[in-house]
Amino acid sequence: MIMTMVQAIAQALAGEMARDDRIVVFGEDVGRDGGVFRATDGLYDRFGPERVMDTPLAESAAVGAAIGMAALGLRPVVEIQFMGFIYPAFNQIVSHVARLRNRTRGRFTAPVVIRTPYGAGVGALEHHSESTEALFCQIPGLTVVVPSSASDAKGLLTAALRGDDPVLFLEPTRLYRAEKQEVSEEPYEVPLRRAAVVREGRDLTIVAWGAMIPVAREAAAAAEAEGFGAEIVDLRTLSPMDRETVLASVRKTGRALILHEAPKTGGLGAEIAATIGERALLSLNAPVLRVTAPDITVPLAKSEDLYYPNAERVLRSVRKLMEY
Amino acid sequence: MIERFDPLKGERLRVLDEDGRAAPDLDPGLSDAVLRALYERMVRTRTADAKALKLQRQGRLGTYAPSLGHEAAQVGLASAMTADDWFFPYFRDLGAYLTLGYPLADYFHFWMGHEAGLRTPDGLNIFPISIPVGSQIPQAVGAGIAVKSRKLRAAVVTTFGDGATSEGDFHEGLNYAGVYRTPNVFVCINNQYAISVPRSHQTAAATIAQKALAYGFPGVQVDGNDVLAVYAAAREALATARSGGGPTLIEAYTYRLGDHTTSDDAARYRAKEEVQEWVLKDPLARFRRHLALKGLWDEASEKEIQAAAADSVEKAVAEAEARPPASVDDIFAYTYAAMPPDLEIQRAELKASLPEGRR
Repeated sequence: MIMTMVQAIAQALAGEMARDDRIVVFGEDVGRDGGVFRATDGLYDRFGPERVMDTPLAESAAVGAAIGMAALGLRPVVEIQFMGFIYPAFNQIVSHVARLRNRTRGRFTAPVVIRTPYGAGVGALEHHSESTEALFCQIPGLTVVVPSSASDAKGLLTAALRGDDPVLFLEPTRLYRAEKQEVSEEPYEVPLRRAAVVREGRDLTIVAWGAMIPVAREAAAAAEAEGFGAEIVDLRTLSPMDRETVLASVRKTGRALILHEAPKTGGLGAEIAATIGERALLSLNAPVLRVTAPDITVPLAKSEDLYYPNAERVLRSVRKLMEY
Repeated sequence: MIERFDPLKGERLRVLDEDGRAAPDLDPGLSDAVLRALYERMVRTRTADAKALKLQRQGRLGTYAPSLGHEAAQVGLASAMTADDWFFPYFRDLGAYLTLGYPLADYFHFWMGHEAGLRTPDGLNIFPISIPVGSQIPQAVGAGIAVKSRKLRAAVVTTFGDGATSEGDFHEGLNYAGVYRTPNVFVCINNQYAISVPRSHQTAAATIAQKALAYGFPGVQVDGNDVLAVYAAAREALATARSGGGPTLIEAYTYRLGDHTTSDDAARYRAKEEVQEWVLKDPLARFRRHLALKGLWDEASEKEIQAAAADSVEKAVAEAEARPPASVDDIFAYTYAAMPPDLEIQRAELKASLPEGRR
């Protein structure tokens, strides 16, 4: 069936809720309204208010409650309406969700899935466009996932719902309805912790995820016209990271460019570049480059195009790599 | 009974007067055996607590949050719970832990610096100690939601200090509980201080109990140094919760006789006279007087109880100290359900850097 990413997410939730009655969806406006982006559309009517719960406006309580629910055998899926509003829940995520298994030596675990739309590019209001995934990739115990397509979104979310680890599932707002894609009606998993080579090429590797994948594709097509074959690695799970797929690609191409819409300093690009430096230095024909947002606050709607990387900026770095 | 004590009118539930006489209409009517057990638990708590302080001074136990003065609140609360109930504690809950059957050796083990001590034995519904203040409150509410959704017959108890009532998680959690009518019993151990900051600086409200009213459920202030008052209030709130009647907030009004932790010096911020006033209200002494009036206590039985407590505490210390520290495998094994390759590499690198005996 042809569908958008947001429809694929709703389908993954519905499919797993039908399969596993421990799954409970809750958050602000997820019930009757079906979520402000409709990611939980139809769930309330199908599964009822006990499994699709509208909550009061309190992000810390939502994530905190999910921990208690999980400890007593439920599989809660919390929606944080925008990533910009996740910070009140940061303490619950960092101090409890991520470390419960460790601090109780496995007696209690928190297989909680926290879903949240994130990223720039839709002309949203202030606090709706940040890309702060790196903050969460520093937290041991937490799995951070970002899909870049409707079919991956369904498969990755299904895998997250079936897994035993807490997952922060970041949904690029820009891709929610950007394109429609054929997605199988049947439930299926796309494995976590595994990156995918989404475009093959022999001259350089672009590592990206989420909303930067279409940007990477556009840049790769332009680079092809200039005679450069760009391979694209879609990281998909940011933490724990699939370094082997990145390294295998870089060893093959000899050049690496990391593309993310988060600010540069302390971003995940630094971690990937360091990994390449540690483990594939002698394969490199050029320094590892990063194309990222600058270290500034995301500008408001009318100027946000200045902020996040576009294909032109990527292409300039591709040329730099190839001319080195 | 709880509704007879209106926190807005400054009414406080108390069963025992300072002489240990029980108000007949409020006395929970416990058997002699249960009364003796309550006292034994309080003595064991005090003995274990004193031992923990001593071990800390000797460098055998880490920073520790003492429970001195809280024995009635902790033991009275936990004694009213059943094995099906759940407990989401804070970090000053020794008496509740012991009453619920948590092995003292495990408890010491945690404070000695070992995660393994936080692994609740199977069959006990006790969540691990929560150190970020108030963060356990929404978790307990979530457990309450799960109890309802799974149609279990259980209550979920969470404890916290007066300082925690200023945290957002307290308000968010109680608000959720009111909205979802969860089977929660919230127990604020109001010991008058959050480290150095007095209760009067935490809230301008006259009581903490009255805050429940704003969330749509009852709150009651009880004399936290009166084990029977705490027991009676907890028993009623637990029964209400288990039978679908919704949450209750209990404020146990007491006093922290010790320092906040072994890293604190309470003499910097409170007067000796104030502490002395509360020493005279010692919860153990008051309950001892009650037992004596009932013919359930004498010098001989006291000696036996003290000796049994000391013996069990010494055994727990020996057991805890005999355990090895966590191995490299232990500190890596529980990060994820399945270990990612990165962690396997990091674990191997760490092991390679260590001498044989520490791997």
